[in-house]
Amino acid sequence: MTDKITVEHLYKIFGPDPEEALALIREGLDKDEIFARTGNTVGVRDASFTVKEGEIFVIMGLSGSGKSTMVRMFNRLIEPSSGSITVDGRDITKLDEAGLRDLRRTTISMVFQSFALLPHIKVIDNVAFGLELAGMGREERRERALAALEQVGLAANAESYPDELSGGMQQRVGLARALAADPPILLMDEAFSALDPLIRSEMQDELIRLQEEKKRTIIFISHDLDEAMRIGDRIAIMQGGVVVQVGSPDEILKNPANEYVRSFFRGVDISKVLTAADIATKTQVTIIDKPEQGPRAALRLLGDFDREYGFVIGRGRRFAGVVSLASLEQARRDDAPLDAALMPETATVLPTAPLHELMGVVATSPHPVPVVDEQGRYRGVVSRTSLLQALDNLPAESAPVEADAVAPVAAAGE
Amino acid sequence: MQTLSFNPLYPFETLEIPFDDWVEVVFDWVANARPVFQAIRQPIDWVLEGITDLLLFLPPGLMIVLLALVAWQVVGGRLALGTALSLFFVGLIGAYEQSMVTLALVLTAVFFCTAIGVPLGILAARSDRFETGLRPVLDTMQTTPAFVYLVPIVVLFGIGNVPGVIVTIIFAVAPLIRLTNLGIRQVPKDVIEAANAFGASGRQLLFKVQLPLATKTIMAGVNQSLMLALSMVVIASMISVGGLGQMVLRGIGRLDMGLAVIGGVGIVVLAIVLDRMTQALASSERERGGRRFVERGPIGLVRGLTAGRSASAAAAATQRGG
Ligand SMILES: Nc1ncnc2c1ncn2[C@@H]1O[C@H](COP(=O)(O)OP(=O)(O)OP(=O)(O)O)[C@@H](O)[C@H]1O
Ligand SMILES: [Mg+2]
Repeated sequence: MTDKITVEHLYKIFGPDPEEALALIREGLDKDEIFARTGNTVGVRDASFTVKEGEIFVIMGLSGSGKSTMVRMFNRLIEPSSGSITVDGRDITKLDEAGLRDLRRTTISMVFQSFALLPHIKVIDNVAFGLELAGMGREERRERALAALEQVGLAANAESYPDELSGGMQQRVGLARALAADPPILLMDEAFSALDPLIRSEMQDELIRLQEEKKRTIIFISHDLDEAMRIGDRIAIMQGGVVVQVGSPDEILKNPANEYVRSFFRGVDISKVLTAADIATKTQVTIIDKPEQGPRAALRLLGDFDREYGFVIGRGRRFAGVVSLASLEQARRDDAPLDAALMPETATVLPTAPLHELMGVVATSPHPVPVVDEQGRYRGVVSRTSLLQALDNLPAESAPVEADAVAPVAAAGE
Repeated sequence: MQTLSFNPLYPFETLEIPFDDWVEVVFDWVANARPVFQAIRQPIDWVLEGITDLLLFLPPGLMIVLLALVAWQVVGGRLALGTALSLFFVGLIGAYEQSMVTLALVLTAVFFCTAIGVPLGILAARSDRFETGLRPVLDTMQTTPAFVYLVPIVVLFGIGNVPGVIVTIIFAVAPLIRLTNLGIRQVPKDVIEAANAFGASGRQLLFKVQLPLATKTIMAGVNQSLMLALSMVVIASMISVGGLGQMVLRGIGRLDMGLAVIGGVGIVVLAIVLDRMTQALASSERERGGRRFVERGPIGLVRGLTAGRSASAAAAATQRGG
């Protein structure tokens, strides 16, 4: 993916004398000291990162950490004190008035926490507002506004006034207004924070759906970790104006940069964040299913590794089923092929299933539950132990026996 | 004759500033700029003449009907009826012509108040420094008793209806400036931010966001200006402005209760009618059931009728055809 927005050494100082504050920053003073010494507030401090085309980039941080300041510098509602912001290869901090208006009308639009709709005009005219400012004719802009309203499922309310709609609907209008000019970049400053939890997750789904229809680059501010994990492709964490970590949710979760970041994730419900694929182990005995193969080799393999169950894999790592010592023994006595030893009705789980959905299956299954993707490929197993360890937030360790359990695959394959 | 020596207990027996002399000197000097003041008179004169001619041109019977129709259009049927009856009553007690003169004076004053006050209010809302500078001027205009500036106005502009309108403007414009400023400053920050974020230019921000959202407050300012202008009518008549104020003033002068009360009733009737109308103008279309201006009242009725007639004509035509 190409870089859409590149931020380099970006600073924002609010207050009477930004130069003085910048000098103190170079001396290494922190936000509070600088405020005490000069009365200047450090909004953003030496931020450098890139946002890739088509991703949802979430900015998180405590109140006052500079999230809104950061995102408002992207469309220069707030003027940066120093540094550069490059959008599609163009440094937007150098744009003049007209260039800036053009950028705001065509390239970057914004959704606000407080909706910020115009109360005196109808929903459709609100949605068409940006197009109107750009000088588009009434018929054409209404047509496009209606199309944008359709995208968010509000076409029926086009002729209402904003205050006749619920909060969730108003924010859909806000979203439609931002989509109307079809900009490649959307800035969303806590866009869903004012909505109640149910509507909020509905809106998140809506955003993901829109993103599937057409990839936009979305910068999404949130102070809700669940939201960030749910919709974010990558997350940037801000602390006192500094971007302390940028990475995918998993990376940050597994490898927090500092105590501040860790404390953010402390309250996380791991069972909703981690998926079966994250904790699946491949340390079980796997048996390659070949047509001429009988149950004997498999029996010996299980015996060697002191295991009760084996996982049978066909061509292309296709999962075939589970065999147990007992079923293999039965097949040997009947002189039947390996297939006959497969246990009936084996439960499997998808790699994308979150942990909390696994508990029931794992608890009732006599053996570790195989993880099988949509294409039917074997991706490992989730055992009771690994699930409990993950839920307990312990690092998953593998037992010594399982350490070289891949070997039997080769052995069985011979 | 003995010269007084300075006594700190009675300082003013020896010390005195000839402030009144200074003021006169200043005014003598200012009076040299007469052409400037004559130029200021001109537009006011034109507008006032125009409105007065308009109001006195139609015979009273027709004019009352017309004003009632305007009330119907702007507000509704009930005010139309009230307007017609009360103006008829004013006519019966012999004050019709004077009330038309006063109405013209007041409308002229409010016209200029709006033309001056709204732009000044916009400037004040845009610049904190301008607002800080303007505020004491407005305070002075609102608190200085009208009698005080009556004299300089007469010196500069003479007497008669036009200086009367100028006095009225000075007295009535302040609240409109204040309320315009307030209305624009009260537009929610986030809405302004949103408009900027979608690429609004300064003009677009003003005309598409700030003024529409401040309309209610600005119209409240217009309403205040109107009421203040009406309350100036009697004082203005002291510099020989005609109309209802003149009736009241003469009534007081001659201790003629009847005449004074007739003038007073006329003023009150005008006040009520104008107050209702400007208040109605302040409320949005939406608050009045969503029907557009041209779809309501007499205009709506006429439009409906003509549309209906052409529709039925068309229907008749097709019937004949078929
Ligand atoms: N216009 C301003 N003038 C002075 N200081 C400001 C201004 N705007 C923001 N700040 C300061 O900059 C810092 C960052 O503010 P910002 O609004 O970006 O925080 P935030 O992360 O968005 O917080 P929240 O979660 O509360 O929205 C704060 O210390 C704030 O006080
Ligand atoms: Mg914020």
